[in-house]
Amino acid sequence: MEDVKIKLLQALEQNQRISTQTLATMLNMEEGEVLKIIAELEEAKVILGYVTLIDWEKTSHQDNVTAVIDVKVTPQRDVGFDVIAARISRFPEVKGLFLMSGSYDLSVMVEGTSLKQVAFFVSEKLATLENVQSTATHFILKKYKENGIVFDEDKTDHRLVVSP
Amino acid sequence: MSRSFVKKRLAELPPSGIRKFFDLASTMRGIISLGVGEPDFVTPWHIREAGVYSLEKGFTNYTSNKGTEELRREISRYLLRHFQLAYDYHSEILVTVGASEAIDIALRAVLEEGDEVIIPEPCFVSYKPCTVMAGGTFKTIATQQADHFKLKPQDLEKVITKRSKALILSYPNNPTGAIMSGSELREIARLAEKYDLLVISDEIYSELTYEGEHVSFASLPGMRERTVLINGFSKSYAMTGWRIGYAAAPEEILAAMTKLHQYTIMCAPIMGQIAAVEALKNGAAEILKMKEQYKQRRSLIINGLRRIGLPCFEPGGAFYAFPSIKETGMSSQEFCEKLLNEEKVAVVPGDAFGECGEGYIRCAYAASVEQIGEALSRMDRFVQRHAATTVGLNINSIPAEKNNTVGIRP
Repeated sequence: MEDVKIKLLQALEQNQRISTQTLATMLNMEEGEVLKIIAELEEAKVILGYVTLIDWEKTSHQDNVTAVIDVKVTPQRDVGFDVIAARISRFPEVKGLFLMSGSYDLSVMVEGTSLKQVAFFVSEKLATLENVQSTATHFILKKYKENGIVFDEDKTDHRLVVSP
Repeated sequence: MSRSFVKKRLAELPPSGIRKFFDLASTMRGIISLGVGEPDFVTPWHIREAGVYSLEKGFTNYTSNKGTEELRREISRYLLRHFQLAYDYHSEILVTVGASEAIDIALRAVLEEGDEVIIPEPCFVSYKPCTVMAGGTFKTIATQQADHFKLKPQDLEKVITKRSKALILSYPNNPTGAIMSGSELREIARLAEKYDLLVISDEIYSELTYEGEHVSFASLPGMRERTVLINGFSKSYAMTGWRIGYAAAPEEILAAMTKLHQYTIMCAPIMGQIAAVEALKNGAAEILKMKEQYKQRRSLIINGLRRIGLPCFEPGGAFYAFPSIKETGMSSQEFCEKLLNEEKVAVVPGDAFGECGEGYIRCAYAASVEQIGEALSRMDRFVQRHAATTVGLNINSIPAEKNNTVGIRP
């Protein structure tokens, strides 16, 4: 991929709300060109979405519970892990799904409104799937950093206002 | 009247032009500052971690006067890798407390009473005072915006006299962002040779060169033996507060500088030296990342300033834009004070960097994209408002880009 596209993606990854006009200036391009490239990248599913990272703990909204579940599965002939992975990823409770190296195969991130709900999902939906051999559920207790952003980081600028 | 104990030469030295402005700015709240001469990045974590580790391991002692052998060896490798310069780390490299110290002791090491130092302006604030305190006198050269603030050989030749001993070069330049190419520097080198000048080359911004590759003055044919190369970690690795710089020079000069260093400083702080080793060994990727960020912000600020109607050449290095504010009819000081009071944006008056900086302001773009956007909007409002009362300002200038988005970072 061209250098300019990479730079554009990097800028958007840092701040998806940056205006296309600002982006164009920063990368020495025409705004129309930026819009065109973004549309292409969306079309090609390089850009998959624009999400916002929220610290829900700071809101009065009901706390969600997130768990990371290690899943061992039996891979299937010809398709390996892909079919079972596609199946698992269809559940709306599943927020993330990764094929892992090491002692288990799939890492599943599941979100629910309560511990009980997540546990129920694992025992009733996930563990009972054909080819799933075993599961191990780890609940997330506190988030310190996600998507490269540290929660509650002190970003005070300690520099003097004017210096030579 | 009681007797003054202060040395006369020092008493006569004018205080830094930035001081007054700093005093004013530091009393105000809610300021967006483009007045800071240091990166807005915090030192990359792996480098900070090396500093923390050094404390945990109990490295709290003096080092050898010249700096730790490991750091000097890494510096010599760096100079070889980047500029094909071979310096012996036993006898030709000195670790200093920031590049500032290196400038001071280089001048003190070479100047006899009355020797002349040639200083192209606008330039960093310490060159003239350090020259005077070292017993020298100075001749300044006013570089021009039309020449992109490069030093022209004919201007240099005009000021050279029998007393001229040294020339201070600082490219990429603070405050203009000017750079000089290899062929342009070769013209200067020819004159240095012809008139037997020592060149003190302050290359602290070398890593922040956006057009072409930085050429180290010492790497030009015949220049190594008449150059004191000064560099450091402050700007490139965002390590200003660590105070680690260095000088590389022929053995005779470096030994003289080391003498001054050993009697006044003893050695640079050990934690900083250990962190600097980590920076040189593993910091290249971080430098590239920061450099790309600066480059994008540079486009943003240059473009914005031009839209506002403040003419600005495209600086090839450092992280400063140096637009002309002459069309507003205000002096640099007036412009900066009013901008601060009315719009709470801090920029530095150009005359703080030499008389020829009058009519310009220094805008550091070591600030976030959001801050730069907001500062430009405020400056636009300011310039438009004053345009009505000023004769000669181009009121047809296009308004600066409005940044309507709210950034995730404050």
